[in-house]
Amino acid sequence: MLQDKDRIFQNLYGQDDWGLEGAKRRGIWDNTKALIERGRETLVNEMKESGLRGRGGAGFPTGVKWSFMPPEDRRDGRPHYLVVNADESEPGTCKDREILRYDPHTLVEGCLVAGFAMGANAAYIYVRGEFYSEASHLQQAIDEAYEAGLIGPNACNSGWDFDVYLHRGAGAYICGEETALLESLEGKKGQPRLKPPFPAACGLYGCPTTVNNVETIAVAPTILRRGPSWFAGFGRENNTGTKIFSISGHVNNPCNVEEEMSIPLKELIEKHAGGVRGGWDNLQAVIPGGSSTPCLSKNICDNVLMDFDSLREHSTGLGTAAVIVIDKSADMVEAIARLSHFYRHESCGQCTPCREGMGWVYRVMQRMVTGDAEIEEIDMLWEVTKQIEGHTICALADGGVWPVQGLIRHFRPELERRILERKTGGAPAQAAE
Amino acid sequence: MSDAFAFNETYRARAETIVARYPEGRQQSAVIPLLDLAQRQAGGWLPTEALEHVASYLDMPKIRVLEVASFYSMFNLEPVGKNFVQLCRTTPCWLRGSDDLRAVAKDVTGCGLGETSDDGTFTVVEVECLGACCNAPMVQINDEYYEDLTADSFKAVLEALKRGETPKPGSQAGRAGSEPTGDRATLTGAGEGE
Repeated sequence: MLQDKDRIFQNLYGQDDWGLEGAKRRGIWDNTKALIERGRETLVNEMKESGLRGRGGAGFPTGVKWSFMPPEDRRDGRPHYLVVNADESEPGTCKDREILRYDPHTLVEGCLVAGFAMGANAAYIYVRGEFYSEASHLQQAIDEAYEAGLIGPNACNSGWDFDVYLHRGAGAYICGEETALLESLEGKKGQPRLKPPFPAACGLYGCPTTVNNVETIAVAPTILRRGPSWFAGFGRENNTGTKIFSISGHVNNPCNVEEEMSIPLKELIEKHAGGVRGGWDNLQAVIPGGSSTPCLSKNICDNVLMDFDSLREHSTGLGTAAVIVIDKSADMVEAIARLSHFYRHESCGQCTPCREGMGWVYRVMQRMVTGDAEIEEIDMLWEVTKQIEGHTICALADGGVWPVQGLIRHFRPELERRILERKTGGAPAQAAE
Repeated sequence: MSDAFAFNETYRARAETIVARYPEGRQQSAVIPLLDLAQRQAGGWLPTEALEHVASYLDMPKIRVLEVASFYSMFNLEPVGKNFVQLCRTTPCWLRGSDDLRAVAKDVTGCGLGETSDDGTFTVVEVECLGACCNAPMVQINDEYYEDLTADSFKAVLEALKRGETPKPGSQAGRAGSEPTGDRATLTGAGEGE
């Protein structure tokens, strides 16, 4: 198990002062100037060496992403921007919230270091509108950092000017998609842009922009301070570092916890979340990485490791590492149908397969809950999800159909049982549970 | 344009601070935060006059402001009660009993989903995931999250609001945040030794 001394978020539970004084006591803002003095290229290379992969769900290597920003000798006069995605809305995911409210200085310091590494003089932090008190903590941290000269002109006496601005959203899951977020930040509906051009070439206000998740930015200063090999020493190759896991649903003690990557799922749940309600054998399924990631049946959960590669081997993903635990008392079909409802509600309506498809999937899923369907419709549902997947501008629709695919993959007998039972006049499926 | 709505002094000052965060000529970026201010001033919703005021303040076509106001779920285009109760219905909350909370809301406030009580004290709606899943089930009431709810504790929260009190937000089970209940395996000495 990861030791406390190797946890980046020392105040994850808000047990200590989250303001500047407490943050400094925990080592944040410790000689940030020296990090900046290493220079852009070194910082980007060190991030690459650390193996950090983006913590917002897609898992793209962070150092590589930063390196897409135009280097000094190819600047064309446009400003560069760092945009931090704090629009945390993926069901199951509630880790960035804890950083914003209890360790906001990790993020503000991260903005400076990451911003410098990509040649940006300004960062916008886009916080989901519902996080009111979280945004208020973050704004106080930003104000404190300005006051202390840590950001602003000549930030930390580094010679680099750097501004950090908070921007609150107003309720739209789609704004967690990076180009929708940029549209929203420009004061428009949050509808994703076609790529290319990618944000690193043409992002916010048509300028080179990198969008990173809160956790990705907040871990950067500690990684650079302690060295890339320290971070790369945790987890497995290609899946390195520490990570905040959100464990929700049917566990005895739901919680966020920072652990080593590649920790076995069972160990994560039993060591930190008090185990599955009613014991491990009462487990029905786990959604391992937020609502978009297909569920796993218990037999896979027995041994699977919590990292990008291990979960991909099982046709799912680490996503945001939000583990939703579902025990045998739950109606598994309804649990997934609720997610279909979510994606239908959150579709921005721009692409037909998503706008029409999410509603269609939800309506069929409602019938699957009661068994009011034909057996052949299970295959049809599968086929339609495959028609939707990959045929839209952004990945919302993919994330919307993957949970249904996971359900069919692992729980087809349950879907068939409900349909047959209803046909033969057996007890209604829900009463039979 | 109607003069029926204009930012008061406090909100005008805040609006100026917000607009200054964006580069010159990019003041449209402030439309969401300014609509939020307008909604606060107007009592929880956005009458047409408020939309028009924001449009003229930011020099935007009115239709672009309406487009934004109707896209984002936090903007109400119709009046709501003094306590705007948003019940999270998504899977992590549902697994931990959000359906029970809907029944409690109906019992105490008399409001079904989408309804406002006759005296204007409550509006109850269901919403999608609010991002506090390790503290499920939870609801948002105005700006505050009420978390780790049971039917009983939610009833107590609503009854306190009904009496005009301000119940303490956050976990209703005594947690500071999203730490595990009871003895935990991590961050056991933080803030003391270091």
